[in-house]
Amino acid sequence: MQKKLLTGIALLGSLVIAPLASAASLTVYSGRGEALVQPIIDQFEKQTGNKVNVRYGDTAQLAVLIQEEGDRSPADVYWGQDAGAMGALANAGLLATLPEDIYKDLPGVFTSKTGQWVAASGRSRVIVYSTERASADDIPASVFDLTDEKFKGRFGLAPTNGGFQSFVTAMRVKHGDEATLAWLKGMKANEPKIYRNNTTQVQAVGDGEIDFALVNNYYLPRFVAANSEYPAKQTYFAEGDIGNLMNVAGVAVLKSSKNQDAANAFVQYMLTPAAQQYFTSFVNEYPVVEGIIPNAVLGDLDEMLKLAPEIDLDQLADLEGTLKLLRDAELL
Amino acid sequence: MSSTVVKSVAVSEVLASVKRPPLYILVPALLVALCMLIPLVYLFLRAGQAQPDQLLELVFRPRNAQLLLNTLSLTGGVLLICTFLALPLAWLVTRTNIAAKRFLTILAVVPLAVPGYVMAYALLGVGGNMGALNQLFGIRVNNISGYWGAVWALSLYTYPYIFLNVRAALLGLDSSLEESAQSLGYSKSMVFLKIILPHLLPALLAGYMVVGLYVLGDFGAVALMRYEAFSYAIFTQYSGAFDRIYAAWLSIMLLALAVSFLVVEALILKRKRLASVGSGVTRPARMFELGKASPIAWLYILVVLGTSIGLPVAMLSYWLLIAPPDVSIFWQVPWTFLRSASAAAPAAILAAALALPVCYLSVRYPSRLTSMIERSTYIGYALPPLTLALAMVFFSLQTAYFFYQTLGLLIVTWTLATLALAMGPIRSAIMQTRANTEEAAYALGYSPAATFYHVMFPRLRRGILAALALVFLFCMKELPITFLLAPTGYSTLAVTVFSRTSEGMMAEAAPFAAAIVIFSSLSVGMVLNREKIKGSR
Repeated sequence: MQKKLLTGIALLGSLVIAPLASAASLTVYSGRGEALVQPIIDQFEKQTGNKVNVRYGDTAQLAVLIQEEGDRSPADVYWGQDAGAMGALANAGLLATLPEDIYKDLPGVFTSKTGQWVAASGRSRVIVYSTERASADDIPASVFDLTDEKFKGRFGLAPTNGGFQSFVTAMRVKHGDEATLAWLKGMKANEPKIYRNNTTQVQAVGDGEIDFALVNNYYLPRFVAANSEYPAKQTYFAEGDIGNLMNVAGVAVLKSSKNQDAANAFVQYMLTPAAQQYFTSFVNEYPVVEGIIPNAVLGDLDEMLKLAPEIDLDQLADLEGTLKLLRDAELL
Repeated sequence: MSSTVVKSVAVSEVLASVKRPPLYILVPALLVALCMLIPLVYLFLRAGQAQPDQLLELVFRPRNAQLLLNTLSLTGGVLLICTFLALPLAWLVTRTNIAAKRFLTILAVVPLAVPGYVMAYALLGVGGNMGALNQLFGIRVNNISGYWGAVWALSLYTYPYIFLNVRAALLGLDSSLEESAQSLGYSKSMVFLKIILPHLLPALLAGYMVVGLYVLGDFGAVALMRYEAFSYAIFTQYSGAFDRIYAAWLSIMLLALAVSFLVVEALILKRKRLASVGSGVTRPARMFELGKASPIAWLYILVVLGTSIGLPVAMLSYWLLIAPPDVSIFWQVPWTFLRSASAAAPAAILAAALALPVCYLSVRYPSRLTSMIERSTYIGYALPPLTLALAMVFFSLQTAYFFYQTLGLLIVTWTLATLALAMGPIRSAIMQTRANTEEAAYALGYSPAATFYHVMFPRLRRGILAALALVFLFCMKELPITFLLAPTGYSTLAVTVFSRTSEGMMAEAAPFAAAIVIFSSLSVGMVLNREKIKGSR
């Protein structure tokens, strides 16, 4: 089944990308895992004749590495897990401006206004709850309501996790520092259990350590795929609530790259229907373009865009401010 | 015994004053110290870019003091547990009539091959609703986490460092000392306290240093166990803020803590130079008959090895069984192992080769300079690996661009990171070799090279092999340095395991994690087995 779909994707892709072919050797720094993105990179290689070397690592570590390398970076393309990392590199003046036709058709939530990076796929924040100790009725309308007494000691947080930090940054952008700090302090007072990342939180919900967790949308589906009776579900807050933030995995071309054309072709390939269908069907993420067959678990992109709050992703780069708030709330 | 110590101090002082170290030992040792300065230069360069007000807020805030305190109590806890795990085990396999000593020795080293995050995930996978115990047997226990979770996760795969050091010391200990003490009327427990323990002290401290400094910098297992240590602050600075400047400050603070550990060790070891100077021949110690205590000893071994090896192996099998991955994955495993080993093995050899002159210098020519050189090797080991890797990125880009992201740079950086590991066993081995051995060889007309090969090497073989094993195992599971410095596209077993577990793909990660544990243990078994063939002259 997977093979067939991949072949289909490959055929579809070849129609779109054929004119771009000009063989070059590209170096990609990927903060996304090999298991998730190598198949689509292989497709890009096959169809364009370009050779791609991928350095896999942690999104933040690779962003720091690129800063350390400066204009001597061997990387042509950076592929990061969240908008914050993309913004940090853009602010450091290390990213090239992309040709406008690459991103002009994308919905507003998926582009950088400065044109220095573009979203390759979307991931939303969700609330995961235990089906044994909670129900959908327990989920409040807003993430702000989690400071309520009835959630005391029942939820998990991952303050060191990039996804969570981006969400806090978005909250600052939309509701201001004061309201965000008040929320963080309220959460801290509500005795959360602190975890390292999304996976451990979803595991903790299943294990009965916590009843609720704030995570990205694609973790629970993996647990469910391994065990269809996994005792947890995920849902959203009310329409437009900041708790439903749509974050992105972004791609960008480095200013120092000597293969700008091939690098641009790589970015463009990730936005083709073929690649977008792959992210949607196999990685359980939202596509960033229209016309993709939706993932049965995630639902329609349009519906998600309705649920998601409006945020300028360029503003998510101010992580320093977010870390300060997290420190002030003693969550870090 | 006290007269032995006095006498040996006198001898080494005489040696040092009469002779200057030869260049072929001094130059490589100085080179090592110079290399260790690279990360320091880098750190101070970055630290100099800080803004004062932000520095005050980020670095000198009260919470950092709390985190430092947490780190200290974590280190203390780990050392305590490690001692209880390692010391009896080392005694059992060297001084008693217990069966299958060689096999037990190799098994006791295997936990070093278990990556920290695998151990943590294994501990976390036992309890809870979805944990193995509940799913398989319907037994519901709470997961271990927090302080004790972190202490156990770290202890279970670091205790072999102490085991190996202590075992080497016990094997090298001249048993005539114990026998003369006994003939002078010391009881068995007195012999242990007054003779054996003081002679084990350098080895024990070397082990403590290695484990303690490791605990300072570890983030993986500590974070998975949800315990907030100082490395947490450094990690947050790099990963949360994409920042190198304040992270450099925090790394310097960590380094200061490491230096204070070293000072304490030096104070304890001061004036304790242990070498046998008599003309007696080292011979095998008399073995303690376990007799009725035998079942207790085996029970102890079963519990220690069962937890430290059995638990991760059982969890890996469990992950494989609940969701078997595609068979094609297994084909990649041997190749990925060979790729990992092709960098880890050269690093091990280089580290042992460099540790030799540094140790020899500090033992045979004790002075302020040589002890500084020796201590400098701890810089590479005590620094958080990510910081060391960034320093090497900076260094190679500035001076030797062609070297950047080559296998060579990865090997050199691994060597800098692990030199301190190689020092422990080699230093103990040299300390236990009579100082006049080489003198006699020279007097008989041997060249320095011939002296080393025919006289020193056979006596140091055990120490060198242990050093090789320690460094090899460290590199096989190393992550941050590989991430930043390996050639692009060069994925090791550890990288593969990490990228899969962090995506929650336990089953897909399991074959690779199992390969680290199995293949690394086999390699170490082979290395340690060579001890028997030629080592026991």
